Amino acid sequence: METPNLNYIRELSGGDINFEESILSVLKKEFPKELLIFKENFEQKRFEEVANNIHKFKHKISILGFKKGLDLASDFEKEIKKGNIELYQDFLVILDKIRVYLEKYNPTKV
Amino acid sequence: MNCIIIDDDETARLIIRQLCNKSKQVNVLEDFSSAISAIKYLNFNEVDLIFLDIYMPSFSGFDFIQTLKSPPKIILTTSDKNFALQAFEYESVIDFLVKPIKEERFNKSLQKVSSVKKIKVTNNTEDSNFMYVNVDKRLVKINIPEVYYVEAKGDYISIKVENKSYLVHSTLKKIEEKLPSSLFIRVHRSFIINITKIIDIEDNSVLIQKGVIPISRSNKSELMKRLNLL
Repeated sequence: METPNLNYIRELSGGDINFEESILSVLKKEFPKELLIFKENFEQKRFEEVANNIHKFKHKISILGFKKGLDLASDFEKEIKKGNIELYQDFLVILDKIRVYLEKYNPTKV
Repeated sequence: MNCIIIDDDETARLIIRQLCNKSKQVNVLEDFSSAISAIKYLNFNEVDLIFLDIYMPSFSGFDFIQTLKSPPKIILTTSDKNFALQAFEYESVIDFLVKPIKEERFNKSLQKVSSVKKIKVTNNTEDSNFMYVNVDKRLVKINIPEVYYVEAKGDYISIKVENKSYLVHSTLKKIEEKLPSSLFIRVHRSFIINITKIIDIEDNSVLIQKGVIPISRSNKSELMKRLNLL
Protein backbone atom coordinates (compact mmCIF):
# COMPACT_ATOMS: atom_id res chain seq x y z
CA MET A 1 0.00 0.00 0.00
CA GLU A 2 1.48 3.36 -1.03
CA THR A 3 2.00 6.09 1.51
CA PRO A 4 2.84 9.77 0.98
CA ASN A 5 6.49 10.74 0.95
CA LEU A 6 8.61 13.83 0.34
CA ASN A 7 11.25 12.20 -1.90
CA TYR A 8 10.38 14.22 -4.98
CA ILE A 9 10.11 17.51 -3.11
CA ARG A 10 13.41 16.92 -1.30
CA GLU A 11 15.20 15.92 -4.50
CA LEU A 12 13.95 19.09 -6.12
CA SER A 13 14.80 21.30 -3.17
CA GLY A 14 18.46 20.31 -3.12
CA GLY A 15 18.45 21.25 0.56
CA ASP A 16 16.50 24.46 0.07
CA ILE A 17 14.35 24.37 3.21
CA ASN A 18 12.41 27.49 2.19
CA PHE A 19 11.25 25.78 -0.96
CA GLU A 20 10.19 22.64 0.92
CA GLU A 21 8.23 24.70 3.43
CA SER A 22 6.58 26.78 0.71
CA ILE A 23 5.38 23.71 -1.16
CA LEU A 24 4.13 21.97 1.98
CA SER A 25 2.37 25.05 3.25
CA VAL A 26 0.57 25.48 -0.11
CA LEU A 27 -0.43 21.81 0.00
CA LYS A 28 -1.66 22.13 3.59
CA LYS A 29 -3.65 25.22 2.64
CA GLU A 30 -5.12 24.07 -0.69
CA PHE A 31 -5.70 20.37 -0.24
CA PRO A 32 -8.46 20.42 2.43
CA LYS A 33 -10.42 23.01 0.45
CA GLU A 34 -10.08 21.03 -2.77
CA LEU A 35 -11.12 17.86 -0.97
CA LEU A 36 -14.31 19.50 0.29
CA ILE A 37 -15.18 20.81 -3.17
CA PHE A 38 -14.49 17.41 -4.71
CA LYS A 39 -16.74 15.60 -2.22
CA GLU A 40 -19.51 18.13 -2.65
CA ASN A 41 -19.36 17.93 -6.44
CA PHE A 42 -19.45 14.14 -6.20
CA GLU A 43 -22.44 14.14 -3.87
CA GLN A 44 -24.25 16.53 -6.21
CA LYS A 45 -23.33 14.27 -9.16
CA ARG A 46 -21.59 17.13 -10.97
CA PHE A 47 -19.33 14.61 -12.70
CA GLU A 48 -17.73 16.99 -15.16
CA GLU A 49 -16.61 19.14 -12.24
CA VAL A 50 -15.50 16.02 -10.38
CA ALA A 51 -13.28 15.12 -13.37
CA ASN A 52 -11.73 18.59 -13.21
CA ASN A 53 -11.14 18.18 -9.47
CA ILE A 54 -9.46 14.80 -10.01
CA HIS A 55 -7.26 16.31 -12.70
CA LYS A 56 -6.08 18.97 -10.29
CA PHE A 57 -5.40 16.36 -7.58
CA LYS A 58 -3.17 14.40 -9.94
CA HIS A 59 -0.25 16.77 -9.56
CA LYS A 60 -0.45 16.74 -5.78
CA ILE A 61 -0.77 12.95 -5.74
CA SER A 62 2.28 12.59 -7.95
CA ILE A 63 4.55 14.98 -6.05
CA LEU A 64 3.72 13.10 -2.84
CA GLY A 65 5.06 9.91 -4.38
CA PHE A 66 1.92 7.95 -5.28
CA LYS A 67 2.70 6.11 -8.52
CA LYS A 68 -0.17 3.62 -8.50
CA GLY A 69 -2.33 6.34 -7.00
CA LEU A 70 -1.64 8.51 -10.02
CA ASP A 71 -2.71 5.72 -12.38
CA LEU A 72 -5.87 5.23 -10.36
CA ALA A 73 -6.58 8.98 -10.53
CA SER A 74 -6.13 8.96 -14.32
CA ASP A 75 -8.49 5.99 -14.66
CA PHE A 76 -11.07 7.56 -12.37
CA GLU A 77 -10.87 10.85 -14.27
CA LYS A 78 -11.72 9.00 -17.49
CA GLU A 79 -14.45 6.85 -15.95
CA ILE A 80 -16.25 9.61 -14.07
CA LYS A 81 -16.70 11.48 -17.35
CA LYS A 82 -18.81 8.49 -18.43
CA GLY A 83 -20.67 8.56 -15.12
CA ASN A 84 -18.88 5.48 -13.74
CA ILE A 85 -18.29 5.97 -10.00
CA GLU A 86 -16.76 2.55 -9.30
CA LEU A 87 -13.32 3.94 -8.38
CA TYR A 88 -14.60 6.60 -5.99
CA GLN A 89 -13.93 4.73 -2.74
CA ASP A 90 -10.42 3.66 -3.78
CA PHE A 91 -9.62 7.21 -4.80
CA LEU A 92 -10.99 8.53 -1.55
CA VAL A 93 -8.58 6.26 0.36
CA ILE A 94 -5.64 7.98 -1.37
CA LEU A 95 -7.02 11.43 -0.71
CA ASP A 96 -7.59 10.56 2.91
CA LYS A 97 -4.00 9.39 3.34
CA ILE A 98 -2.80 12.69 1.94
CA ARG A 99 -5.15 14.63 4.20
CA VAL A 100 -3.91 12.83 7.33
CA TYR A 101 -0.28 13.18 6.25
CA LEU A 102 -0.59 16.91 5.63
CA GLU A 103 -2.48 17.44 8.89
CA LYS A 104 0.35 15.76 10.80
CA TYR A 105 3.10 17.49 8.85
CA ASN A 106 5.10 19.83 11.00
CA PRO A 107 7.66 22.01 9.18
CA THR A 108 10.08 22.02 12.11
CA LYS A 109 10.42 18.22 11.85
CA VAL A 110 11.27 18.14 8.11
CA MET B 1 16.42 33.86 -21.01
CA ASN B 2 13.34 35.53 -19.52
CA CYS B 3 10.27 33.43 -18.94
CA ILE B 4 6.81 33.42 -17.42
CA ILE B 5 4.89 30.51 -15.91
CA ILE B 6 1.17 29.93 -16.49
CA ASP B 7 -0.49 27.30 -14.34
CA ASP B 8 -3.65 27.34 -12.25
CA ASP B 9 -1.97 25.12 -9.63
CA GLU B 10 0.20 27.01 -7.17
CA THR B 11 2.35 23.97 -6.32
CA ALA B 12 3.12 23.52 -10.02
CA ARG B 13 4.17 27.16 -10.31
CA LEU B 14 6.44 26.84 -7.28
CA ILE B 15 8.06 23.71 -8.68
CA ILE B 16 8.75 25.23 -12.10
CA ARG B 17 10.14 28.34 -10.40
CA GLN B 18 12.46 26.14 -8.33
CA LEU B 19 13.60 24.25 -11.42
CA CYS B 20 14.31 27.53 -13.21
CA ASN B 21 16.27 28.86 -10.23
CA LYS B 22 18.33 25.70 -10.04
CA SER B 23 19.09 25.70 -13.76
CA LYS B 24 20.43 29.29 -13.65
CA GLN B 25 19.59 29.56 -17.37
CA VAL B 26 16.14 31.03 -16.95
CA ASN B 27 14.95 34.12 -15.18
CA VAL B 28 11.31 33.96 -14.08
CA LEU B 29 9.70 37.36 -14.65
CA GLU B 30 6.20 36.51 -13.43
CA ASP B 31 3.87 33.63 -12.84
CA PHE B 32 0.13 33.54 -13.53
CA SER B 33 -2.72 31.38 -12.34
CA SER B 34 -4.75 32.07 -15.48
CA ALA B 35 -4.04 32.48 -19.17
CA ILE B 36 -6.16 35.62 -19.30
CA SER B 37 -3.95 37.52 -16.85
CA ALA B 38 -0.89 36.37 -18.81
CA ILE B 39 -2.34 37.74 -22.05
CA LYS B 40 -2.74 41.10 -20.35
CA TYR B 41 0.90 40.98 -19.24
CA LEU B 42 2.13 39.98 -22.71
CA ASN B 43 0.39 42.98 -24.23
CA PHE B 44 3.06 45.12 -22.59
CA ASN B 45 6.01 42.80 -22.01
CA GLU B 46 8.20 40.54 -24.10
CA VAL B 47 9.39 37.15 -22.93
CA ASP B 48 11.62 34.48 -24.46
CA LEU B 49 9.88 31.46 -23.05
CA ILE B 50 6.55 30.44 -21.54
CA PHE B 51 5.92 27.41 -19.35
CA LEU B 52 2.30 26.75 -20.09
CA ASP B 53 -0.10 24.36 -18.41
CA ILE B 54 -2.53 22.85 -20.90
CA TYR B 55 -5.40 21.90 -18.63
CA MET B 56 -6.82 25.02 -17.02
CA PRO B 57 -10.46 25.84 -16.29
CA SER B 58 -12.34 28.00 -18.81
CA PHE B 59 -9.31 28.88 -20.98
CA SER B 60 -6.87 26.10 -21.83
CA GLY B 61 -3.22 26.34 -22.82
CA PHE B 62 -4.17 25.55 -26.42
CA ASP B 63 -6.73 28.38 -26.43
CA PHE B 64 -4.00 30.64 -25.11
CA ILE B 65 -1.51 29.72 -27.87
CA GLN B 66 -4.10 30.57 -30.49
CA THR B 67 -4.37 34.12 -29.20
CA LEU B 68 -0.66 34.80 -29.75
CA LYS B 69 0.28 36.38 -33.04
CA SER B 70 4.04 36.13 -32.47
CA PRO B 71 4.39 33.47 -29.83
CA PRO B 72 7.63 33.08 -27.92
CA LYS B 73 9.03 29.61 -27.35
CA ILE B 74 6.65 27.50 -25.32
CA ILE B 75 7.18 24.48 -23.09
CA LEU B 76 3.89 22.79 -22.31
CA THR B 77 3.38 21.21 -18.91
CA THR B 78 0.65 18.74 -18.10
CA SER B 79 -0.36 15.80 -15.95
CA ASP B 80 -1.86 14.10 -18.98
CA LYS B 81 0.40 12.37 -21.54
CA ASN B 82 -2.49 12.18 -23.99
CA PHE B 83 -2.07 15.81 -24.96
CA ALA B 84 1.39 15.21 -26.47
CA LEU B 85 0.30 14.74 -30.07
CA GLN B 86 -1.87 17.82 -30.09
CA ALA B 87 0.91 19.83 -28.43
CA PHE B 88 3.29 19.51 -31.34
CA GLU B 89 0.77 20.83 -33.82
CA TYR B 90 1.98 24.25 -32.72
CA GLU B 91 5.31 25.41 -34.08
CA SER B 92 6.03 27.53 -31.05
CA VAL B 93 5.86 24.49 -28.79
CA ILE B 94 9.40 23.30 -28.23
CA ASP B 95 8.77 20.61 -25.67
CA PHE B 96 6.21 18.85 -23.56
CA LEU B 97 6.83 18.07 -19.88
CA VAL B 98 4.74 15.59 -17.95
CA LYS B 99 4.21 16.38 -14.28
CA PRO B 100 5.77 15.70 -11.86
CA ILE B 101 8.66 17.27 -13.75
CA LYS B 102 12.06 15.70 -13.11
CA GLU B 103 15.06 18.02 -12.94
CA GLU B 104 17.05 16.11 -15.56
CA ARG B 105 14.15 16.17 -18.01
CA PHE B 106 13.59 19.86 -17.33
CA ASN B 107 17.21 20.69 -18.12
CA LYS B 108 17.04 18.73 -21.37
CA SER B 109 14.03 20.76 -22.28
CA LEU B 110 15.96 24.00 -21.70
CA GLN B 111 18.74 22.71 -23.95
CA LYS B 112 16.16 22.14 -26.66
CA VAL B 113 14.92 25.69 -26.23
CA SER B 114 18.44 27.09 -26.55
CA SER B 115 19.07 25.13 -29.71
CA VAL B 116 16.01 26.60 -31.41
CA LYS B 117 17.13 29.97 -32.68
CA LYS B 118 13.92 31.74 -33.42
CA ILE B 119 10.32 30.76 -33.91
CA LYS B 120 9.09 31.30 -37.42
CA VAL B 121 5.71 32.90 -37.25
CA THR B 122 3.94 30.27 -39.23
CA ASN B 123 1.61 28.74 -36.75
CA ASN B 124 -2.03 28.54 -37.54
CA THR B 125 -2.82 31.92 -36.04
CA GLU B 126 -0.90 33.84 -38.69
CA ASP B 127 -3.51 33.52 -41.36
CA SER B 128 -6.42 33.53 -39.00
CA ASN B 129 -8.97 36.26 -39.36
CA PHE B 130 -9.64 36.78 -35.69
CA MET B 131 -8.03 37.87 -32.48
CA TYR B 132 -8.99 37.81 -28.84
CA VAL B 133 -9.11 40.95 -26.73
CA ASN B 134 -9.47 41.32 -23.00
CA VAL B 135 -12.65 43.21 -22.14
CA ASP B 136 -13.69 43.35 -18.47
CA LYS B 137 -11.78 40.14 -17.68
CA ARG B 138 -13.42 38.32 -20.60
CA LEU B 139 -11.62 37.32 -23.77
CA VAL B 140 -13.76 38.45 -26.65
CA LYS B 141 -13.25 37.12 -30.15
CA ILE B 142 -13.09 39.80 -32.82
CA ASN B 143 -13.24 39.11 -36.52
CA ILE B 144 -10.41 41.27 -37.87
CA PRO B 145 -11.86 42.15 -41.30
CA GLU B 146 -14.99 43.40 -39.49
CA VAL B 147 -13.03 46.03 -37.55
CA TYR B 148 -13.81 49.54 -38.84
CA TYR B 149 -11.12 51.43 -37.01
CA VAL B 150 -9.11 51.55 -33.81
CA GLU B 151 -8.71 54.69 -31.75
CA ALA B 152 -6.16 55.37 -29.00
CA LYS B 153 -7.76 56.59 -25.77
CA GLY B 154 -5.11 57.17 -23.11
CA ASP B 155 -3.99 53.80 -21.76
CA TYR B 156 -6.76 52.12 -23.75
CA ILE B 157 -7.76 51.54 -27.34
CA SER B 158 -11.28 51.54 -28.67
CA ILE B 159 -11.91 48.90 -31.34
CA LYS B 160 -14.90 49.85 -33.47
CA VAL B 161 -16.87 47.07 -35.12
CA GLU B 162 -20.28 47.26 -36.77
CA ASN B 163 -22.61 47.77 -33.81
CA LYS B 164 -20.29 48.37 -30.91
CA SER B 165 -16.90 49.43 -29.63
CA TYR B 166 -14.60 47.44 -27.36
CA LEU B 167 -12.46 49.34 -24.88
CA VAL B 168 -9.23 47.39 -24.36
CA HIS B 169 -6.25 48.11 -22.13
CA SER B 170 -3.53 48.16 -24.80
CA THR B 171 -1.69 50.47 -27.18
CA LEU B 172 -2.16 51.37 -30.83
CA LYS B 173 1.36 50.10 -31.52
CA LYS B 174 0.56 46.66 -30.11
CA ILE B 175 -2.62 46.21 -32.08
CA GLU B 176 -0.98 47.57 -35.23
CA GLU B 177 1.41 44.60 -35.07
CA LYS B 178 -1.53 42.21 -34.98
CA LEU B 179 -3.57 43.74 -37.78
CA PRO B 180 -2.79 42.74 -41.38
CA SER B 181 -1.16 45.64 -43.24
CA SER B 182 -3.08 44.63 -46.37
CA LEU B 183 -6.28 45.85 -44.67
CA PHE B 184 -5.22 48.42 -42.10
CA ILE B 185 -3.27 51.64 -42.16
CA ARG B 186 -2.31 54.20 -39.54
CA VAL B 187 -3.78 57.54 -40.64
CA HIS B 188 -3.17 59.53 -37.48
CA ARG B 189 -1.23 59.08 -34.27
CA SER B 190 -4.52 58.09 -32.61
CA PHE B 191 -6.20 56.13 -35.42
CA ILE B 192 -5.73 52.98 -37.46
CA ILE B 193 -8.40 52.39 -40.08
CA ASN B 194 -9.62 49.51 -42.20
CA ILE B 195 -9.14 50.68 -45.80
CA THR B 196 -12.03 48.57 -47.09
CA LYS B 197 -14.45 50.40 -44.79
CA ILE B 198 -13.76 53.90 -46.10
CA ILE B 199 -16.87 55.63 -47.42
CA ASP B 200 -15.23 58.86 -48.51
CA ILE B 201 -12.22 61.08 -48.00
CA GLU B 202 -12.41 64.80 -47.75
CA ASP B 203 -9.38 67.03 -47.21
CA ASN B 204 -7.80 65.74 -44.03
CA SER B 205 -10.48 63.40 -42.81
CA VAL B 206 -11.97 60.09 -43.75
CA LEU B 207 -15.53 58.89 -43.22
CA ILE B 208 -15.95 55.36 -41.91
CA GLN B 209 -19.43 54.26 -40.90
CA LYS B 210 -20.63 57.37 -39.03
CA GLY B 211 -17.20 58.36 -37.76
CA VAL B 212 -15.11 61.18 -39.16
CA ILE B 213 -11.48 60.29 -38.62
CA PRO B 214 -8.63 62.78 -38.98
CA ILE B 215 -5.77 62.08 -41.37
CA SER B 216 -2.43 63.54 -40.44
CA ARG B 217 -0.43 65.23 -43.19
CA SER B 218 2.43 62.76 -42.86
CA ASN B 219 0.14 59.75 -43.30
CA LYS B 220 -2.01 61.07 -46.13
CA SER B 221 0.29 60.27 -49.05
CA GLU B 222 0.67 56.65 -47.89
CA LEU B 223 -3.11 56.35 -47.63
CA MET B 224 -3.62 57.79 -51.10
CA LYS B 225 -1.11 55.33 -52.54
CA ARG B 226 -3.06 52.43 -51.04
CA LEU B 227 -6.38 53.48 -52.54
CA ASN B 228 -7.56 52.16 -55.84
CA LEU B 229 -7.86 55.59 -57.44
CA LEU B 230 -9.43 56.08 -60.85
